[in-house]
Amino acid sequence: MVDAVRTYLLLAGTWLRAAAQYPASMVMLIVAQAVVTSLDLAAILIIFAHTSRLGGFSLPEVMFLYGTAGVSFALADLTFGSADRLGEHIRQGTLDTLLVRPVGPLLQLATEDFSPRRIGKLVPTGAVLVLALARLDVAWTPGRVATVPLMLAGGYWIFAALWVLSATWQFAVVDGKQAMNSVTYGGAFLAQYPLSIFGRDVLRGLTWVVPLAFVNWQPALYILGRPDPLGLPVFFRFASPLVAAALSVLAAVTWRTGLRRYRSTGS
Amino acid sequence: MLEVEDVRKTFAVRRRTGRLRRTRVNVDAVDGISFTVGAGEFVGYLGPNGAGKSTTIKMLTGILTPSSGRVRVAGLDPVRQRTTLARRIGVVFGQRTTLWWDLPLRDSLALIRHLYRVDRAAHRTRLAELTEVLELGAFLDTPVRQLSLGQRMCGDLAAALVHDPEILVLDEPTIGLDVISKATVRAFLSRLGAERGTTILLTTHDLGDIERLCRRVMVIDHGRLAYDGSLERLRATADADRILVVDLAHPQAPIEVDGARLIRTDGPRQWLAIPPDGNAAAVVAGVAARYDVEDIALREPDIEDVVTRLYRTGAAAGFRWEPDRL
Repeated sequence: MVDAVRTYLLLAGTWLRAAAQYPASMVMLIVAQAVVTSLDLAAILIIFAHTSRLGGFSLPEVMFLYGTAGVSFALADLTFGSADRLGEHIRQGTLDTLLVRPVGPLLQLATEDFSPRRIGKLVPTGAVLVLALARLDVAWTPGRVATVPLMLAGGYWIFAALWVLSATWQFAVVDGKQAMNSVTYGGAFLAQYPLSIFGRDVLRGLTWVVPLAFVNWQPALYILGRPDPLGLPVFFRFASPLVAAALSVLAAVTWRTGLRRYRSTGS
Repeated sequence: MLEVEDVRKTFAVRRRTGRLRRTRVNVDAVDGISFTVGAGEFVGYLGPNGAGKSTTIKMLTGILTPSSGRVRVAGLDPVRQRTTLARRIGVVFGQRTTLWWDLPLRDSLALIRHLYRVDRAAHRTRLAELTEVLELGAFLDTPVRQLSLGQRMCGDLAAALVHDPEILVLDEPTIGLDVISKATVRAFLSRLGAERGTTILLTTHDLGDIERLCRRVMVIDHGRLAYDGSLERLRATADADRILVVDLAHPQAPIEVDGARLIRTDGPRQWLAIPPDGNAAAVVAGVAARYDVEDIALREPDIEDVVTRLYRTGAAAGFRWEPDRL
């Protein structure tokens, strides 16, 4: 594990150095990405110009949800987002070249083209999270304070597992990238809002099928002192690490199976 | 170094049988082959398109899991111990690059150094060596996408050798290269085999590669090993005639001589075929004694003819030559 992290940093660092040879292009990409990411926030602000509550949540509370989902997703995207290039590598036969190296192909995929552009997502979401934490009207008990980093870590882990699952899906469906993007990018978009606004059926789906409710919704209910609209037991507020672990196991198993059954190209 | 025992790889292929109907058909890309390659050997692996060359290489390197049989490379199971094995082998795919498209060659090689955990000092020495023999100096700082095919291949060779592997597997390294690039690659490989004692398995379509580099040749056809032995014996086994080209002083009646038969005449020039077990010297002496000869040339059977013949007979009869080790 330590070894993998070390290799990851070495590889990502080499890519970063390569990108830094074009500093103007690098800065512009970061800024562009930050602007695009901020558009979602603009949408939230416009909604709140017309109403003071969204699904029963105040602006600082929604900003808290936006910030936690955004930071978790930005970190996962930064570290594992390029894993879903697997389909292209399979189609072009370049996965073979990753497989003959002494480092796991997932690690090579995740660091590939590691670009500071992806940091662009982290800046605005991080800023919003800080702002929301300052303005939240919450009694900060030690339990609540401790839950914030835990929910960020859990959310990161869930999104990272989803990125890997998105990649493994492409072992079966080489063109499956778009379909899985609706889960990863789409999921990140949904998690920015109070999930209660999407209705109980969607909420059930986001709890039991694609467990995005555990990214920030469930722990946030605890921090904000809200009842669960589905009436799930209190245990669920703290289940994020378990869900993340389960998703990781699923991702690891499918990744291995996919690799074992990989057929390569014809030449 | 390489041990392959009755290895088979079956692919399930979906064939369209009706407008919407599809049936699954099992195709044996590799159909029970066995061979061993010792340390330091330089082996050519030959076969027509779709014969199973690439599939064999992918099983040797752990990319594909064999359907049955046993593969050992440097004593390791390629699929289970893929990453361990990767440190000890170098692989070059002629059809695709292992380098990163947008990075300068130097950065690509630096990334590979990190992948293989080669320390900085060792890398610097090695890179200097490779730069010299492969003449990389002129394009080390050029992004890979801007390299010519020949330059890229030299870059790929360097990339496969950054960690100084014991075994080098090359899948069509000279495909599409011009004569000069081919010569550079061949000279480099031959030096590598001779000086470092690297075990080399070379897949190719180019018989020139084989003739210049390999003492041992394996021919695969339809997933089966059709021949395994020395290049000379391949010529003999495939039963190809040697050709004697005789230039007479002036056009004459067809030459009649024991131990050879006439196959073609063109003015004063006549072609005689000498069977592989015939005595060429006796034929030459017989011709020279009885005819007014200006020039005589003996042509060894073209390896190309030999292999074509081998593919055909092997395919038609399912015939299998007995493996013959060097």
